[in-house]
Amino acid sequence: MKRLSGYYVFALVTLALPVLFPDNYYVTVVGVTVCTNIVLAVSLNLLMGYAGQISLGHAAFFGLGAYSSAVLTVRYGMNPWLAMTAGTMMVAALSYVLSRPILKLKGHYLAMATLGLGIIVHIFFVQADQLTGGPDGMSGLPALRLFGYPIDSDLKWYWVFSVFMLLSVLFSLNIAKSRAGRALAAVHGSEIAAQMLGVDTAKVKSHVFVFSAVLACITGSLFAHQQDFVSPESFSFFFSIELVTMVVLGGLGSTFGAVIGAVLLSLLPEVLIVFEDFEVLIFGAILMVIMIFLPQGLFVALEQTFFKIVRRKRKEPADAAA
Amino acid sequence: MDQLLQFLISGLTVGSIYALVALGFSIIYNASDVVNFAQGEFVMIGAMSAIFLLKDGLPYPVAAFCAISITVLVGLALDKLAIEPAKNATVVTTIIITIGASIFLRGAALLIWGKEIYGLPPFTGDQPITIGSATILPQNIWVMAGTAAAVMAVKYFFDRTLMGKAIMACSFNKKAAYLVGINVQHMLLVSYGLSAALGSAAGILVAPITFMTYGSGVMLGLKGFCAAILGGMGSSMGAVAGGLLLGLIETVGAGFISSGYKDAIAFFVIMLVLFIRPSGILGKAESERV
Amino acid sequence: MPLLEVRDLEKQFGGLKAISHLDFTVPEKIIFSVIGPNGAGKTTLFNLLTNVYRPSAGSIFFQGRDITALPSFRIAGLGITRTFQNLQVFLNMTALENVMVGCHLHSRAGLISAALRLPSVIREEKKVRKGAMDALEFCGLSDVAHVPADALPYGILKKLEIARALAARPRLLLMDEPAAGLNDTETMEMCGLITRICESGITVILVEHNMSLVMEISHHVLVLNYGELLAQGSPYEVQHNPEVIAAYLGEG
Repeated sequence: MKRLSGYYVFALVTLALPVLFPDNYYVTVVGVTVCTNIVLAVSLNLLMGYAGQISLGHAAFFGLGAYSSAVLTVRYGMNPWLAMTAGTMMVAALSYVLSRPILKLKGHYLAMATLGLGIIVHIFFVQADQLTGGPDGMSGLPALRLFGYPIDSDLKWYWVFSVFMLLSVLFSLNIAKSRAGRALAAVHGSEIAAQMLGVDTAKVKSHVFVFSAVLACITGSLFAHQQDFVSPESFSFFFSIELVTMVVLGGLGSTFGAVIGAVLLSLLPEVLIVFEDFEVLIFGAILMVIMIFLPQGLFVALEQTFFKIVRRKRKEPADAAA
Repeated sequence: MDQLLQFLISGLTVGSIYALVALGFSIIYNASDVVNFAQGEFVMIGAMSAIFLLKDGLPYPVAAFCAISITVLVGLALDKLAIEPAKNATVVTTIIITIGASIFLRGAALLIWGKEIYGLPPFTGDQPITIGSATILPQNIWVMAGTAAAVMAVKYFFDRTLMGKAIMACSFNKKAAYLVGINVQHMLLVSYGLSAALGSAAGILVAPITFMTYGSGVMLGLKGFCAAILGGMGSSMGAVAGGLLLGLIETVGAGFISSGYKDAIAFFVIMLVLFIRPSGILGKAESERV
Repeated sequence: MPLLEVRDLEKQFGGLKAISHLDFTVPEKIIFSVIGPNGAGKTTLFNLLTNVYRPSAGSIFFQGRDITALPSFRIAGLGITRTFQNLQVFLNMTALENVMVGCHLHSRAGLISAALRLPSVIREEKKVRKGAMDALEFCGLSDVAHVPADALPYGILKKLEIARALAARPRLLLMDEPAAGLNDTETMEMCGLITRICESGITVILVEHNMSLVMEISHHVLVLNYGELLAQGSPYEVQHNPEVIAAYLGEG
């Protein structure tokens, strides 16, 4: 129970927000964006942080999820949940097939291959306009129904997304402290040593690649239904880079690091809008400053500060007694 | 056949620009193992500065020279203010710093120059020259010649000058270089300055052909990165070869298959190359000593 | 049946023959040392045995089974693990977690069951933890179990790599220069550790430069020179072999 104490607090806060702040646009709508980014960052962190495989094309899987739901429901009239399942299976298969050759590459070459993947998928979204609606996108997705009830309000969407997000975070935390998580970290630490301990490193890398792709894909499908609109802009290379930034900013290799990074980078633009034309400049400056002074990421920095405060409080009663 | 010649000319022109940007990536990577995501912004700043200095009435060559100098100063500032303070950070963290810098520079460009699109006048007029049934603009020749000159200068620098060799030493083994008295931080500074010079030169060379705006650096930087990888990260000549090759693939892809999908085709080819040669065309295969 | 059999093994790198015409067998439950001057091909031999390199010719048999072309992780699955000349400790984990990776072959939980944290996974984790703590204790490292590996000193990391390899419960342990960089006290501890490992039923193949360690604990010594087998026999025989002395041993 101690292991997950931080998680329980986080879950409580997440679920309590709309209760504490009812009818609040920031909680429900921005909250959905934050939850979306958290799942994407957490799934990317499994690949990048634990297994050490850099991916600059994560937005592609997010987009494939969104577009497969959109296309299958709008153009082929499929039931939304069926469409989501079909899309997920397709992405699982695609990511598995791609994983083997791509993950043979290392470092910048791997970055390049994933970048290429992301860009090719994005160009497909833009160019295949008969299917995808081209640069203007598609809308008109049917309502998603849960147990017969349509999810048709911002609040309901918030519940769906926050539960999905909390499950994803839980899964990631469970994986981290497990045989699978250790195998991932071992691949990152030393592939050769991992192999000599019986770890099939190619298989491990492939599995985590598919797992993170599938999570991103499901997120994309939910996103498509919630927005009732998909367009290539949301799934560009820029967004892939943003996801990488979230993961590193929060702290590579830490689930909560990814959460913090996602929360920060989702909320920052909302905050910075007040600066109007200076928004982009300040955003870039903040990124640089955080990475220069907190190179291990925000989560580690916060953890260390937290422990310093706890240690100081523990010392005080002892000093008082002496 | 004539189509091929036209493709060759266009491909080599755009490829030359990619080659210069790729060379910039390669130089910084060699000195520090970091991919400088702000490389593309050097191109943009060089072009935009030149455009506005020209508008202010400076003669063309002076504007170009000043634009390059300004960009070099930006490059040096980037290293001194953002990279050096984080010298003990991991490679991934430093890459995010360069991403932040690239966003910062774009934001600054947006503030200074606004959102409009601009162009530079061609260096020596825009009368097309016909070769067979292909046409070549004088600016295309400038681009290719300028790139060739820059590449040769860089090659001379790394092969023949002491400072160039010192930078190469840093790329082989930073600790050892430090121990023989090379000021590694200094070499890094020079690398950033050099990359900025190359990037801004590329911007000025290409601005008469394509238009420039505050966001133009991103795609060019990206393509330059791809070219550097294609040629083999860390090999200067590989970067140049990669750039030219990428330009040709793109142009041929656009011409023969589809201009909408040209980038997809180029990336697809790059990925195929990487699957066959995982370290790029001229890159050295990495092996770990266990 | 010998545990390990190497037949006519050869490895060429371009024009250089790193290993040629190598033939030897290793019986069970002994400490078998491979010595030779620098560049003689000792680490290359280990890399060939564990498929880090593919042999140019020849074959390797483990318990009668041809393992020449097996990928490294399958070789590990058959019961061979190794330690490395250049430490390959997982610096991104604690000491205990490092050793728990060693238990990978003796556990089964995959990604999905880990995500769902099924009861079977929880049970297995307890077993893995115990197995890892036992291995740490065997190597005298129980105190540092929860210390991040990147905070541990070199001597401890060398032992940690051994504990990790032992957690895999191998039949054959290949140790590449376990005493390199250790001071006299640490070397003596290492002697004791290797002897205890052999006594627990594991066959050890040792590559070492430290002659006193080799001669002290080995049952059998093989001398490599320029990639070829120069001599083999008991420590005494090898020490007094004139060819070996000429090629390598200046002192006794």
